[in-house]
Amino acid sequence: MRNLDRITNPFNDDKVIANCGIFGVMNTAGGKMSGRDVIEAMANMHDRGNGLGGGFAAYGIYPEHPEEYALHVMFETQRAREETERALQEWFRIGAQEPIPTRNTRGIANAPILWRYFVEPLQEEAIPPTPDGAIALTPDDYVVDRVMVINTSIDGAFVFSSGKNMGVFKGVGHAEDIGTFFCLDEYQAYLWTGHSRFPTNTQAWWGGAHPFSILDWTVVHNGEISSYGTNRAFLEMYGYYCSMHTDTEVIAYATDLLVRKHGLPISVVAKVFAAPLWQDIDRMPSPDRETYTALRQVYGSLLMNGPFAVIIAHQGEMIGLRDRINLRPLVAGSKGDLLFLASEEAPIRLVCPDVERTWAVQGGEPVIGRLFEGIVEPGVDRSAVYEEPCIERFYGHKGQREVHSLSGMRAAM
Amino acid sequence: MRQCSFDVHAYDEEDDAIVSADDRCVGCQRCATYCPTGAITIRLSERDFRLNANWRPEHLMDIKRQAETGGVILTGMGNDKPYRIYWDHLLLNASQVTNPSIDPLREPMELRTFLGAKPDRLRFADGRLLTELAPQVRLEMPILFSAMSYGAITYNAQLALMQAAEECGTLCNTGEGGWPRDFRRFGKNVIVQCASGRFGVDFDYLNQAAVVEIKIGQGAKPGIGGHLPGEKVTPLVAETRMIPVGTDALSPAPQHDIYSIEDLSTLIYALKEATNYEKPVSVKIAAVHNAPAIASGIARAGADIIAIDGVRGGTGAAPKVIRDNVGIPIELALAAVDRRLRREGIRNRVSLVAAGGFRSSADVIKAIALGADAVYIGTAALVAMGCTLCQQCYTGKCAWGITSADPVLAKRLNPDIATRRLVNLVKAWSLEIKEMLGGMGINAIESVRGNRLHLRGVGLEEWELETLGVRGAG
Ligand code: SF4
Ligand code: SF4
Repeated sequence: MRNLDRITNPFNDDKVIANCGIFGVMNTAGGKMSGRDVIEAMANMHDRGNGLGGGFAAYGIYPEHPEEYALHVMFETQRAREETERALQEWFRIGAQEPIPTRNTRGIANAPILWRYFVEPLQEEAIPPTPDGAIALTPDDYVVDRVMVINTSIDGAFVFSSGKNMGVFKGVGHAEDIGTFFCLDEYQAYLWTGHSRFPTNTQAWWGGAHPFSILDWTVVHNGEISSYGTNRAFLEMYGYYCSMHTDTEVIAYATDLLVRKHGLPISVVAKVFAAPLWQDIDRMPSPDRETYTALRQVYGSLLMNGPFAVIIAHQGEMIGLRDRINLRPLVAGSKGDLLFLASEEAPIRLVCPDVERTWAVQGGEPVIGRLFEGIVEPGVDRSAVYEEPCIERFYGHKGQREVHSLSGMRAAM
Repeated sequence: MRQCSFDVHAYDEEDDAIVSADDRCVGCQRCATYCPTGAITIRLSERDFRLNANWRPEHLMDIKRQAETGGVILTGMGNDKPYRIYWDHLLLNASQVTNPSIDPLREPMELRTFLGAKPDRLRFADGRLLTELAPQVRLEMPILFSAMSYGAITYNAQLALMQAAEECGTLCNTGEGGWPRDFRRFGKNVIVQCASGRFGVDFDYLNQAAVVEIKIGQGAKPGIGGHLPGEKVTPLVAETRMIPVGTDALSPAPQHDIYSIEDLSTLIYALKEATNYEKPVSVKIAAVHNAPAIASGIARAGADIIAIDGVRGGTGAAPKVIRDNVGIPIELALAAVDRRLRREGIRNRVSLVAAGGFRSSADVIKAIALGADAVYIGTAALVAMGCTLCQQCYTGKCAWGITSADPVLAKRLNPDIATRRLVNLVKAWSLEIKEMLGGMGINAIESVRGNRLHLRGVGLEEWELETLGVRGAG
């Protein structure tokens, strides 16, 4: 078995620490945008990375393969590619395969071999049962399982992403150069996220960049999670092994567990990761009080403690979330059907000079943009919405305050 | 002179002088503390035995005493032998640069803890919670008062513990010696024990309490029962324990209805039936060699809480040879049990409470990082009330009114002052835990639970680090 840890964590730290810039944009009406703006936004936050990692996730880019899992895979050697392809043929029906187009870009060197495959698991019978034979595998589970096999047992191969009609593009370099390298300006997506990385660990490995992805979930993240040890130990009980030692991996797995396996709504998941304080829970009316108490009792080990701002995306949804005491920045902006999320306000204003409003996302309150539904959660505290400071943060157009209640604010969006 | 309950001081009328029988002194410091002129100093008296690394004075004295009496040597309090104390070899982490530390004076810092079985997942439908949780008890800080029974400790001492538990928002354990009627008003803050002697156990006893604990064993005397001498069985003690006045209160070594894990399960469910499934049921065991396997069995047998008491746990009375030689340190047992339950995927099903010699808030937070949900403190609570660890609890002569049998001595403990001191201790430790959490950049205790990455070992061997699941420092 390949030890990913050796590649991503050569100094054997408890976990890999990185600070970052993050950006996300979604057209909630489903309109497509090229990757040009997101590249520009990342270039604007150049100083948040140090050239040791950048990446993007794009949703809706493969309309011609809507039902096939799109595997983005990097290979360090031709042999790794041959070995992986043999395995893929055994496991999947491969609808199409091709190299991921790239262009020569200054600042990007030593690129691995990059391919994408559009696959479907073979007939149900062909899916081998789990060792205890008890659990029926869904196609999703099967894909997750096979991706883990490739990542951990084929030397020199690593799967960037494995969702449908989406893909992750990432590598070593400044984010904007990575974007140019992957010709992202030529893709059309309704949802883009981007990440530039400032790792304190100098090892540069293409697979180690963000977004981190499992199925069509992607996570870009800025922060350090002090509860990492607790989170990891909890996830291990549910069969997730954090082989890359990053906070981001923990968030991705925890999201997969809570949403896909436990069926929790994403707005509830946000309240697990950034749980309300007990002093606030105690003041809630019933049944909220009981619900939030139960969430902390049962999922307390998945509380992400420490500074973080994160953009989680999957098919049809983009979620922004900050730690519960506002230690890392996250700004939201909106204009018409567009929802922006970023570490700073500047890139939003750069790519959308006529943005209608921008606001600071409040710790522990998720911003949720949903396809065809718009901004379903604005990311400000509902209970405090009548209090001044909160409204103050929610600027109106040209700095005017024009929204005075949550319902008004929602209507305005 | 009257302060000494061990008859050290006497007044010699002829010489008009105070004489001291030095060899009777147990070093309880009562006389020195209360001497109005500060004239008394208690010093370790040098024995004149010839130095010998193998035959130390303790061995010679014990042999001589046994040669005289032919009996088992009794003692009180916890193991005083220099077995390795792992807390002293574990160091905590703090944030620098990449992660801001949090100031507990300015930011909320959460210590609230719930004991009880947790489900593996919650279910929601239309944003409504469907899952019903097993009963949970709420603690405002992860510190509880250990089992100390009425009879072993005085009425006032138990009263102080219950009042303090109520004021702090935590729990206090009655021990196995029953629960005096007029203490039942503290029910919300009380754990009652159901031990091999079943003293005082009835329907009301079980239902008035917050938690019912089945006591299998105790760190200071794993594998053996209890013995409260008849002299200590006063009318109130007798009523509380439901036994005749003046008879010895003997609890058998095993629970005679528990000879196997199935039997334990039967008792757990009998208690749950009796309490209408409204109370968590805890099972307390001494930390012994195969604690992980036993704990796994207890979790599967249906317990909501497992309490593990390490080799340094205190006692009112225990055979010295047992206290000093049986059991393993809580640090190793706790780490091994937590790991085993996680490997088996059943850690959520039970809360883990660690006990046995917690001396400071640092020990507490280290235990939580090793996987405990909360810790029991017993000896530390007694020290807060005045105990000086003279180890004479079994004599009933406690000079501080804590474990005294003599009603005159027992009056020495003012329950309100003792309550205040206990509350102060728990508050002080809570503040210190908050400081340490803040330093790590964490603002909720659950984010340290089982978080061994915040611990580093120093001066430990490879196998010890492995058992603790902790990396060496550096
Ligand atoms: S036993 Fe206690 S009170 Fe008596 S002399 Fe010794 S220290 Fe003083
Ligand atoms: S409780 Fe009393 S007798 Fe026991 S060790 Fe403490 S001071 Fe000594």
